[in-house]
Amino acid sequence: MFYREAGQFKTSYKADQALFPILQDRIGIAAILLIAFVAIPLFASDFFLTSIMIPFLVFALAAIGLNVLTGYCGQLSLGTGAFMGVGAYAAYKLTTAFPDANVIVMVLLSGVFSAAIGAVFGLPSLRIKGLYLAVTTLAAQFFLEWCFIRIPWLYNDNASGAIEVPRREMFGFIVTGAEALPITRYFVVLCITAGIAYLMANVLRGRIGRSWMMIRDMDIAAELMGVRPLQTKLMAFAVSSYICGVAGAMMVFFWLNAAEPSSYSIRLSFQILFMVILGGLGSLGGAFMGAAFIWILPVLLKFVPGMLGMDIAAETVEHATFMIVGALIIFFLIVEPHGFARLWQIAKQKLRVWPFPY
Amino acid sequence: MKDFKQFALGTAVALGVGLTGLMAPTAQAQDSNYVPLLTYRTGPYAGSGIHIANGMHDYLQMLNERDGGIGGVKLELEECETGYNAQKGVECYEATKGKGALVYNPYSTGITLQLIPKASVDKIPVLSMGYGLSAAADGNVFPWVFNGPDTYWDGASVVIKYIGQQEGGLENLKGKKIGYLFLDAGYGREPIPLLEQLAEKYGFELLKYPVPGAEMQNQSSQWLNVRRDRPDYMVMWGWGAMNPTAIKEAVKIRFPMDKFIGVWWAAGDDDAAAGGEGAKGYKALNFSGVGPDFPAIDDIKTHVVEAGLSSADPETVGGTLYNRGVLNSVIIAEGIRTAQELTGKTVITGEDMRMGLEALNLDEARLKELGLAGFAHPMKVTCEDHSGSNPVFIQQWNGTEWRQASDWIEPMNDLVRPLLEAAAKEYAEKNAPWPARTEACPN
Repeated sequence: MFYREAGQFKTSYKADQALFPILQDRIGIAAILLIAFVAIPLFASDFFLTSIMIPFLVFALAAIGLNVLTGYCGQLSLGTGAFMGVGAYAAYKLTTAFPDANVIVMVLLSGVFSAAIGAVFGLPSLRIKGLYLAVTTLAAQFFLEWCFIRIPWLYNDNASGAIEVPRREMFGFIVTGAEALPITRYFVVLCITAGIAYLMANVLRGRIGRSWMMIRDMDIAAELMGVRPLQTKLMAFAVSSYICGVAGAMMVFFWLNAAEPSSYSIRLSFQILFMVILGGLGSLGGAFMGAAFIWILPVLLKFVPGMLGMDIAAETVEHATFMIVGALIIFFLIVEPHGFARLWQIAKQKLRVWPFPY
Repeated sequence: MKDFKQFALGTAVALGVGLTGLMAPTAQAQDSNYVPLLTYRTGPYAGSGIHIANGMHDYLQMLNERDGGIGGVKLELEECETGYNAQKGVECYEATKGKGALVYNPYSTGITLQLIPKASVDKIPVLSMGYGLSAAADGNVFPWVFNGPDTYWDGASVVIKYIGQQEGGLENLKGKKIGYLFLDAGYGREPIPLLEQLAEKYGFELLKYPVPGAEMQNQSSQWLNVRRDRPDYMVMWGWGAMNPTAIKEAVKIRFPMDKFIGVWWAAGDDDAAAGGEGAKGYKALNFSGVGPDFPAIDDIKTHVVEAGLSSADPETVGGTLYNRGVLNSVIIAEGIRTAQELTGKTVITGEDMRMGLEALNLDEARLKELGLAGFAHPMKVTCEDHSGSNPVFIQQWNGTEWRQASDWIEPMNDLVRPLLEAAAKEYAEKNAPWPARTEACPN
């Protein structure tokens, strides 16, 4: 009843091929965008913006990046953290080398370096598959992390070994550095994430995305039908690394302000992978849902008891958060192994036939 | 599926409640001074972090119980768990800064580096007692950061000076090999520029053994290299599980323990005890009191520990790291008191706190009054020098407890200070436009 598309007639191919052909979806997306662009900036506190929304959007973008590779092209990768790091270090080097250039352009450019390195480490994917490929991307993770620690040129010989984001302005607004207002940083992150998500939504349902999915579903069949595996796989690696690189650069520029190599460790790779798996492989909406679950839920669990006036020791909350989130991950994967995206599909179907299920 | 629906509904309601809680600006009761404590009682560094957290909390709690706070105003304490993780640390900072936080003690060099640029923007001082950015000792560049009583560079210079004393003069260091075992993070790398300079000046060879944080409990390869290189002395900049592991490894290769010197963060009782009988003779720097025999510690025992208000194991009260936490809280408390005197207000703000810390004068008489005579070297903060470069002593493990093994040793101020100022200038240049100091000097 709520989700019934009966009566929505398409009179042109354009309408039929639209990104959101169903009216309800369009309303839903408009509502989400309205909340993100209007309601949250109006009502949210600084804590909500800096500790929940900005990291959530950054992680969602990284999850989209990994989803392109793992979810759509079927290439398992454990190097996401390192590719994000490449983006961050590249953006840092770029903005310190060209202080007057627009920082957002630098952040978007940094993804190019990440894409190049991702493509190089994607070369083995032509010969090896599945878990074996995971091992080679693991090598990328360790090698790149080693570079972040051992090559002082990357962090401008900083004594602490960390990259610290300098202040950069744009149109009279301070967008990076400690003085940047959370709201400014939020808008920048929101625009980049929404923009790339929109772009990817169109790429993924077009020729390129379809060829990725063909490779994922059966590479021999895809090859016989004229999809060139080398180019397709490498493109998936490059696009995925580009998005991850931009996410990594945003992570340090608009969220953390300073980052040590350990920020881009294997733990980050796993975190993103869990977001993708939990959200749903091969789904953009799932990337957002997975990021929300893995990032927002622990933060809420950590701070909500205190805000409701419950007096629980800090370490108890921490332990409880670990246990609750862990139990929920297992619970959700048992209930729906295909992740939140599939859960949402089921819910949609139920809403469609409600109240007369068949 | 029905259960699931209920569950989903329950989750949604809970999240909704949570979100409204987060969105609504929190109203503040302004009849207390709010001190957030960024601590870590979980994760790989908890072994060191728990004692610090207990010491910090218990001293301030004791002031609440015994004196009813400071200047008649209670302290509102809140711990936030960081797990020594920079992201979580920033999260804690953002969550607590709006409640009128007076000062932050991140207890992690990584978190400190993140908070330094924020301090001047949010007008909340950062007190990184004996850790963090060494260059922050330059109060003209970093008016909002305090890192007394000593910076890592002070510490490194004291170690070299002490080794010189052992060898009968700094000139005898020529040709010696000094190994430097460090946590491969901002913390462990901080003293390297100074050590390299000293190596050049005195002609000793500096051998570096980095220990990656993820593998700090497996140091066999580093110690294999130590065995091969045979350094005359080993200096350690370790934290958390790295310390007991290093001491165990040193015992295993039979490294002479009295030539193994840790920084003040590698001076925990548990760290040394891990080496068993073989760890006897291990030395470490320290700047806070050894043992529980101070009147203020007794007060903590009566008013807090025995009253069941502390999560500390009574056995650990008075341990090296516990006392370090206490000293940290003494500086906070005295900073608040000084601020109250300077401003005439009882409930103060972060800006007042900054003045209070800058005008801090913890002399011998005051320490005695606090029941802490001999607990720390008297320290005086000035507007130029936010660290004070105070003397440090060496303590030695006798198999069961720490004993003071040297007098107070002055850092090489003539050498360290110009380096600090140069580093501060460099930091400001790298982070240009770094805000120039506009805060008035309260002294």
